[in-house]
Amino acid sequence: MTGTGKEPVAVVGIGQTKHVAARHDVSIAGLVREAALRALADAELTWADIDAVVIGKAPDFFEGVMMPELYLADALGAVGKPMLRVHTAGSVGGSTALVASNLVAARVHRTVLTLAFEKQSESNAMWGLSLPVPFQQPLLAGAGGFFAPHVRAYMRRTGAPDTVGSLVAYKDRRNALKNPYAHLHEHDITLEKVQASPMLWDPIRYSETCPSSDGACAMILTDRAGAARSPRPPAWVHGGAMRSEPTLFAGKDFVSPQAGKDCAADVYRQAGITDPRREIDAVEMYVPFSWYEPMWLENLGFAAEGEGWKLTEAGVTELDGDLPVNPSGGVLSTNPIGASGMIRFAEAALQVRGLAGEHQVPDARRAMGHAYGGGAQFFAMWLVGTEPPAS
Amino acid sequence: MTAASPPEVLRAPLVVEFPFTRSLGPVQSAFLTGLRERVVLGVKTADGKVMVPPVEYDPVTAEEIRELVEVGATGTVTTWAWNGSPRPGQPLGTPFAWVLVRLDGADTAILHALDAPGPEAVRTGMRVRIRWAGERTGAITDIACFEPHDAEATEQATPHDGQFADAVTGIVAAARLDYTYSPGRSQTAYINALADRRTVGERCPSCHKVYVPPRGACPTCGVATTDQVEVGPAGTVTTYCIVNIKAKNLDIEVPYVYAHIALDGADLALHGRIGGIPYDQVRMGLRVEPVWTEGGRHPDHYRPTGEPDADYDAYKELI
Repeated sequence: MTGTGKEPVAVVGIGQTKHVAARHDVSIAGLVREAALRALADAELTWADIDAVVIGKAPDFFEGVMMPELYLADALGAVGKPMLRVHTAGSVGGSTALVASNLVAARVHRTVLTLAFEKQSESNAMWGLSLPVPFQQPLLAGAGGFFAPHVRAYMRRTGAPDTVGSLVAYKDRRNALKNPYAHLHEHDITLEKVQASPMLWDPIRYSETCPSSDGACAMILTDRAGAARSPRPPAWVHGGAMRSEPTLFAGKDFVSPQAGKDCAADVYRQAGITDPRREIDAVEMYVPFSWYEPMWLENLGFAAEGEGWKLTEAGVTELDGDLPVNPSGGVLSTNPIGASGMIRFAEAALQVRGLAGEHQVPDARRAMGHAYGGGAQFFAMWLVGTEPPAS
Repeated sequence: MTAASPPEVLRAPLVVEFPFTRSLGPVQSAFLTGLRERVVLGVKTADGKVMVPPVEYDPVTAEEIRELVEVGATGTVTTWAWNGSPRPGQPLGTPFAWVLVRLDGADTAILHALDAPGPEAVRTGMRVRIRWAGERTGAITDIACFEPHDAEATEQATPHDGQFADAVTGIVAAARLDYTYSPGRSQTAYINALADRRTVGERCPSCHKVYVPPRGACPTCGVATTDQVEVGPAGTVTTYCIVNIKAKNLDIEVPYVYAHIALDGADLALHGRIGGIPYDQVRMGLRVEPVWTEGGRHPDHYRPTGEPDADYDAYKELI
């Protein structure tokens, strides 16, 4: 055995389905299988090379598969191997990847397949999130009604002009045109169209909301020896962390939750990052409604409090800016809920591997993947790099 | 607090019910469409075993398997359990046996119901056959049940292309869970007070924050909140949105304002609708009070009190 430190963890395989509104042609098993096979092909590995499988999805109410880890064992080659499921609401794709990563870092397993999915077309997420609980006042607004008041609070706190949200949506939808796996490919998108789209939950417009998607994302994580055999450049995990806090408590800051700040600080400490704005080359963050980009820029320490919107407005977060955010098109262009966090993690890894294709950020050497969920309750983040981590 | 027995904790039924849809994929599609046509299909694994019901991926090699075969409608019980009290939604309304049946030509067994007069009529190894449902739609219920059938096993699996006209590609899987829900001691007291149109929260003995609605414990300090504190009735709109699309289950005319309201004396906001003022005149800091309707458990909405707006600094920590 090597020393007492953690085993370095490398991402050597990434696979996604082409995300769409409805995949009526495949079962859930068929859907996850597609992503897993693409990850295996990327890594040039077979099922026999996988030691364990870690999967995640959003709540069972979303499409009613109870204990999917049992049903999917055949499809994911997990028979005779450890298989486990992670669940942390909308952040689950990120925390699933981190559990898999920790299994390798702890030398429990050498090569782990991790995968997250959602088949939103076979469910109703809104129903799943608003069960009529006896005695309680029913929720008085749809999906965006939960988020819109927090956006207004951000605008009031920072004085951000009301156009910033549309800039994010316009950028992300254009980035998605360069990503063949993205759900929305709006070839005729213009800023004017975004700004003219209906105001659903003022201040959130239709074009500033995420779609509902069917999709899966898979990654293969391995140890130093596995990375040495990798046919393509690996992405190395430099830091990873999860934090949680209650959905509601006196003093909770929905605009910039403490758990998000603490999670990012932990990742930066592990990765030796002291100035994230300068040292990180690309960010894939979980932005379900456009205004969350400037909000998370502050929460994650890329901008001072009250300054996040200025980065967006100045074009810093554009694909050709000095801190590209969501080059893949982000959650605003693709949202199979359970998989959305893992797509952020995987896209960050694609960037530092230099394999992001048309939406590649030139010379990206360090990239961050971010996921959150459950009413700003769960946070999961990782930082990946081109070089192995300094031990 | 007095020595009198505490009020009854509220309880109510909670039914969680939803018709999930399922895309079947090629193998399950062939299997269920086959049942509609009185054909039972299995799939051959890499080592030549026939699995019924069929699966999409080989449980040993993990390879995709698509070699479909037709097996018999007769088979052998491999194990069973007597069900003396059938529940709603089960295959038979009269007492029956749950059985695992290995159909002739198959190497695995399928779970279903066996119609038998009593447990003494059931045994492992007994021969059975499918009783087909009169109306078949391409669902596992196309097999109404199994019934005893004395005949030797003869059939072997024969190749089948899995092709049928009008293939079934999806099913609806209704799910239902029946709970008895109780909001607990703390929220029961809160709800009972609402009946008198009073809003009563609980104060944390450690951080002194007042929780409305109370949960019985402070999520920050992790200690029980026992001191009851009446708050409101008036409060301040801390933030809000204007809802312009009608939600399916809500009978409220749009546009309307959905707001976070910090009642006076509470340390976090609750949610409510704002009325009695044009929607586009609602603002952060607006002072509001509840409006009750006859028989309503919660305020119907909140309306302006007419007081001057609260200073941002007075409520910004409550957003």
